[in-house]
Amino acid sequence: MTIRYLLFATFFAVLMIKPNIGFAQQAMVLEDDRIGLEAGLFDAEEAIWNLHKVTSVAPPEDFVGVTNSDLAFKDHYVFQGNYNGVQIWDVSDPQNPVLAKEYLCPASQSDVSVYGDLLFVSGEGTGGRLDCGTQGVEESVSADRLRGIRIFDITDILDPQYIHNIQTCRGSHTHSLLKHPGDDDNVYVYVSGSAPVRPAEELPGCSGMSPDDDPESALFRIEVIKVPLSDPMQAAIVSSPRIFEDLTAPPVHGPTEAEMAQFEEARARGEFVVSVAGSYFTLPDRYVTSMSASYFESEGITEPTVADTNAFREALPEIILGMMGGGGGEESGPDQCHDITLYPEIGLAGGACEGYGLLLDISDPVNPFRIDAVADSNFSYWHSATFNNDGSKILFTDEWGGGGGPKCRETDPMEWGANAYFTIDDEKKMHFKSYYKLPVPQTEMENCVAHNGSLIPVPGRDIFVQSWYQGGISISDWTDPSNVIEIAYHDRGPVSGDEMTMGGSWSVYWYNGYIYSSEIARGLDVFELVPSEFLTANEIAAANTVELDYLNAQGQPTYKWPPSFALARAHVDQLERRQGASAEEIANLRAEIDEAEQLGSQDVVLRVQEFIESQD
Amino acid sequence: MSMSLVSKHSGFLLLISLCVAAPAVSQDSAQLEALFWARKDSALTRFSQADVDFMNGMIAHHAQALIMSSFAETNQASSSIRVLAARIINAQNDEIRIMKSWLRKRNQPVPEIRIEGRSLMIHSTDHAAHTDHADHGTDHADHMDHGSGHHGSGMPGMLTDSQLKELEMATGAEFDRLFLEYMIMHHEGAVYMVRELFDTDGAVTGDDTYKLAADIHVDQLTEIDRMKLILERFETLH
Repeated sequence: MTIRYLLFATFFAVLMIKPNIGFAQQAMVLEDDRIGLEAGLFDAEEAIWNLHKVTSVAPPEDFVGVTNSDLAFKDHYVFQGNYNGVQIWDVSDPQNPVLAKEYLCPASQSDVSVYGDLLFVSGEGTGGRLDCGTQGVEESVSADRLRGIRIFDITDILDPQYIHNIQTCRGSHTHSLLKHPGDDDNVYVYVSGSAPVRPAEELPGCSGMSPDDDPESALFRIEVIKVPLSDPMQAAIVSSPRIFEDLTAPPVHGPTEAEMAQFEEARARGEFVVSVAGSYFTLPDRYVTSMSASYFESEGITEPTVADTNAFREALPEIILGMMGGGGGEESGPDQCHDITLYPEIGLAGGACEGYGLLLDISDPVNPFRIDAVADSNFSYWHSATFNNDGSKILFTDEWGGGGGPKCRETDPMEWGANAYFTIDDEKKMHFKSYYKLPVPQTEMENCVAHNGSLIPVPGRDIFVQSWYQGGISISDWTDPSNVIEIAYHDRGPVSGDEMTMGGSWSVYWYNGYIYSSEIARGLDVFELVPSEFLTANEIAAANTVELDYLNAQGQPTYKWPPSFALARAHVDQLERRQGASAEEIANLRAEIDEAEQLGSQDVVLRVQEFIESQD
Repeated sequence: MSMSLVSKHSGFLLLISLCVAAPAVSQDSAQLEALFWARKDSALTRFSQADVDFMNGMIAHHAQALIMSSFAETNQASSSIRVLAARIINAQNDEIRIMKSWLRKRNQPVPEIRIEGRSLMIHSTDHAAHTDHADHGTDHADHMDHGSGHHGSGMPGMLTDSQLKELEMATGAEFDRLFLEYMIMHHEGAVYMVRELFDTDGAVTGDDTYKLAADIHVDQLTEIDRMKLILERFETLH
């Protein structure tokens, strides 16, 4: 009885206290073993911290020297996109990935998703061909060109059948696969892409005109493809939601501390500093003069006092808002998304759309609509999004420069090309918290900027594993979104020390206990977490109890932890880390759990399960 | 130093084929590496004159954006415009470097830009000739084409010299407004150039070329939108 009582009390205590990890905030570090790594393709020098590299496998001959791109997972297979097609790795033994199938069918970026017996592949580049030929397409208008989504039947995974295409006006830079919890008959593919619109002579109906001039314009919309699972050859575009409509006034995250200090200084000098819709202005004198005159006149004040001037100051934001009202004018705002991360279980999606981060309601898959939008003067190009597991936070990445540039140099600001973190409140509004960027400088030879990643299912914490191209991979803890810290990394020297050559981690995702990284130039890397002061063996073991049947990182799954002693121990470790109990209490709890496990009775296991379920 | 990648890696290939006694594993890896570089080299042959012209044009186009942005610090621009200008300088400098590297790797003449105040000088160095330097033992520096400062004035979105001068003279809020108006126009010109390239037969067939052009397209579209919003707000305030 005491064992059970204490065990449950532990859970209760652990689950009731809000996580507060409490490590120190990081700035760019200039002493780090990632600095000065020797260049090389397959023999570059490596630096690794709190990770173990299980293995690296090079691409097969038909794919080497051509860009590796995104990853998708099904059962014990990893699907790795490449600008030359798709590589399917059998990772039954993650120590030894075996190439099960290479499918040559060139298209950039070959973004991949998998569902059931279907594999979806994006084509955006102008050289993609309907017949999968490697010769490219020379003509600017051609019947041979594929820009859009390819669908393969992978009933026999070793022999994919290319069954269908859906051509789109701007091709598919990326796509996201939506499996709606209430619809088992269809899946939906949201297509993103911001390349120039194809000529109507190539794909009838495509128009790059402003929607004001042509309502059928391919601009300012995304495409939703409905895929009937019983007959995937009927897959077709069913809607083109204009989720950007009326998105003209950019909300900004609010000033940084440095900017705020500047405004305070200006205020101290007697300048008029006003905050309107989260944005700060120092008002020019002539504006102040004319506005105050008309304000005093309307208030019937002939000789304004200090109090009147203060009242004017207070009224200013409203006056300015009134002046801004209406707006209108020609259509602006983003005209496409780079990527959309769908989180079907909470009915939300994070859209990373050119100059904006959007929160979308996707409860009706065919008609997503915008709930909230954020913009940020430090963000150049909103690239991708990831929610935390309970959907109370979202992070966006800024792929400043498109991924081809070296944006992690010592001279590049830490707010540019970084991640931005937001909380999501009950009204589904996003609130900016902080930035995080790879905290160590990279060389001029290394393309580096924030890129793709996924959550690692450490219970009770928000842990993100992320690609930074040739900046390597960085694992960060964003449990406290105002204080994001790095807890593990892997990095290589540049592909070439003479000339910048594209390389590095395109995508890195956690899948069933391992971390898989698609290395643009070098192939597939497989990692395991190593216990450290930031992450205990029990937390890793608890994470590894989560099992997925498949994973498309842009169709984010909810992680669920089956009841386990690893989970109980992870919670005790976290209790200890935040000093939520005395050393003696912690030791007792651990002894109780050990004893309970040794007892191993069905009864104890069931009670543990009941207790955890009651806490969900 | 400026030996081309082609000669470097075909030399490497030769080396590999001679290393018959190397251990099996490292030989596999070395062969794969040789194939990697050979494929990179072969991808370099996939380009057209339209691609080359685009790179040259866009380098000059970007260079003018650097000049425009350089005024922000000196002309009392507001903080949001200074941030914008700083990012344009960072981004377009990097893209110029990438475009120059694109040309160099394809043995095309590489324009060297020099900026003094608002004047832009472009010298085109013949890289192919430069590569032969070791064989000929002659210095090809004399073959530089000394540009006149009117480079690219025919390209869409380029400011005339008098417009540049107007911007150079403007300060404070007037500079902010003018900078936004001219940079929007300038970026729209770049977007037009990319679309024109896409509409050209035989152009943007290489992956590197596609990526570069598509990135410029979307980056500038995004920035145009941001600038339009700032401008709208300015117009409301001033």
